[in-house]
Amino acid sequence: MNVVVCVKQIPDPAVPGELTAEHTLKREGKLILDESDSYGVEMALQLVEAAGGGEVVLVSMAPNDEVSGLRTALAMGAARAVLVSDPALAGSDSLSTSKVIAKSIERVGDVDLVLTATESSDGYAGTVPGQVAALLGWPALTFAKHVETGDGKVKIQRQTEAGYDTVEASLPAVVSVTAGVVEPRYPSFKGIMAAKNKPVDAVTAADLGLGADQVGWAGARQEITNVEAAPARQAGEKVEDDGTAHERVVEFLENLKVI
Amino acid sequence: MSISKVWVHVEAAGGKVTSSTLELLTEARKLGATLEGVYAGDDAATVAAQAGEHGATKLYHVDPGEMLPGVAAATAMAGLVDAESPDLVLFSQSYDGRDAASLLSVKLDRPTLTNGLALAVDGDSVTVGTAIFGGMTLVDTKFTGPGPHLVAIRPKSFAAESAGGGAAEVVEVGSVDAGRAGEALVLDRFAEEQTGPKLEEAEIVVSGGRGLGDEANYKTLVEELAKLLKGAFGASRAIVDSGWVPYALQVGQTGKTVKPKVYIAIGISGATQHLVGMKNSDNIIAINKDSEAPIFSVADLGIVGDCKKVVPALIEAIKAKTA
Repeated sequence: MNVVVCVKQIPDPAVPGELTAEHTLKREGKLILDESDSYGVEMALQLVEAAGGGEVVLVSMAPNDEVSGLRTALAMGAARAVLVSDPALAGSDSLSTSKVIAKSIERVGDVDLVLTATESSDGYAGTVPGQVAALLGWPALTFAKHVETGDGKVKIQRQTEAGYDTVEASLPAVVSVTAGVVEPRYPSFKGIMAAKNKPVDAVTAADLGLGADQVGWAGARQEITNVEAAPARQAGEKVEDDGTAHERVVEFLENLKVI
Repeated sequence: MSISKVWVHVEAAGGKVTSSTLELLTEARKLGATLEGVYAGDDAATVAAQAGEHGATKLYHVDPGEMLPGVAAATAMAGLVDAESPDLVLFSQSYDGRDAASLLSVKLDRPTLTNGLALAVDGDSVTVGTAIFGGMTLVDTKFTGPGPHLVAIRPKSFAAESAGGGAAEVVEVGSVDAGRAGEALVLDRFAEEQTGPKLEEAEIVVSGGRGLGDEANYKTLVEELAKLLKGAFGASRAIVDSGWVPYALQVGQTGKTVKPKVYIAIGISGATQHLVGMKNSDNIIAINKDSEAPIFSVADLGIVGDCKKVVPALIEAIKAKTA
């Protein structure tokens, strides 16, 4: 079974983000693998192992031929990657991005299953998994907290407000997995060394057959009209606990008449 | 030119329209356009009554069969768009709302603006307000292409109010053929036992983070305190990622937005990721060991201390008061 994992390389979330003059997120510095995607990579490795063969292929769109995050996922055990990097892609919205990802998956070829996170940690639009599936014409099984495959089918437990639904579809299909569903492995030293020589197929939007009107700002069909600081919330009272701080909390709750 | 017709993707569970749907209907009816709902699920008559009360005049009802409801709703919308010409389609930023918006976006080849907190319509131009960098920065984005414009709004962005209207007229769409998208079938539904209010609707929310130390403390500190206060319990992303609690409990940018009367953050440092989901709560109490933790910058009452000591003492004190 061959599994594609869509991975995003993002600015380190621990570092405060900045906007460019065009009001897009600055992505010039080093990018890292979005932690949300490490669950999909781990899940894919486990599913391929359980199926007894096949490969895990990564698909990523990033500026400046960025591969740092891809190398992390390759070190975990993915076999190879397709990287789409092209200045023409700057300003792409989620639909344009999904067109790039879907074309990249078609380029990979013989794919049974596509795994994604439920949303990225930086842009978090949350529509790419469904859009990629719709563009490929495949079923989308979203918000999975458990995934299993067999007999040409994929079955998931789909997170709901009340609990979960069991959802099944025949392959090929797209599945988005929620964080925390598996424990991502740490890359071994051997894995890190091997990752350096794993193939990364670097392509442009044109290589994928996408015209300039379908991606970037033109494809996004939207403009940012205003950016401003949100009204700040004032910090209140701060109490150092000396063993009695809980009494202050009780008093606070009593004043609000909640106890 | 101006906006003349708005559709709202209506969601319901057990015959009850979700609060985020009612929020959308309330906000949409202010636009002064024809307001209609599209709904995939059971109990159409009950749903039409609630949708009508909140301003919808028509409810297109789709029978999803075993299909995912978002897929059935989007497929029905795509089939009706040419004849009905909506200018704007609103979705909740929910599980099914995201499924529906994604699929419709591709079917119509229209961009979506998601995570909306505000909506402004001027003539035929539609602008959506969102928050970035943990809610520190607000951004307005305007559609520049042709409609229908697709927008997903985060729950709790608007207040739901009844308009006192009668039931919406139910227009039966029947079942739809969604092609391979419709092959994802719901085989079974499991409801976990729900004690206490829902996270997004609770007056009091108690959330836990990495500072709890280990998984067992979530139950004994966070859940226990929430139950005692008749509130709901939530979590920071860190402990969802660690698998301590399910994704449904995550409060923050990539999780839920809550706006309770009281929000109690236990062992949560207050990464921007988390703050965006809770900083508009009426009152915030934070308990954290690190006096420099960013959570204190939004807390009305900050306790600098070990939550493993403060919270058990707090639970005992509340029990003593309310006994």
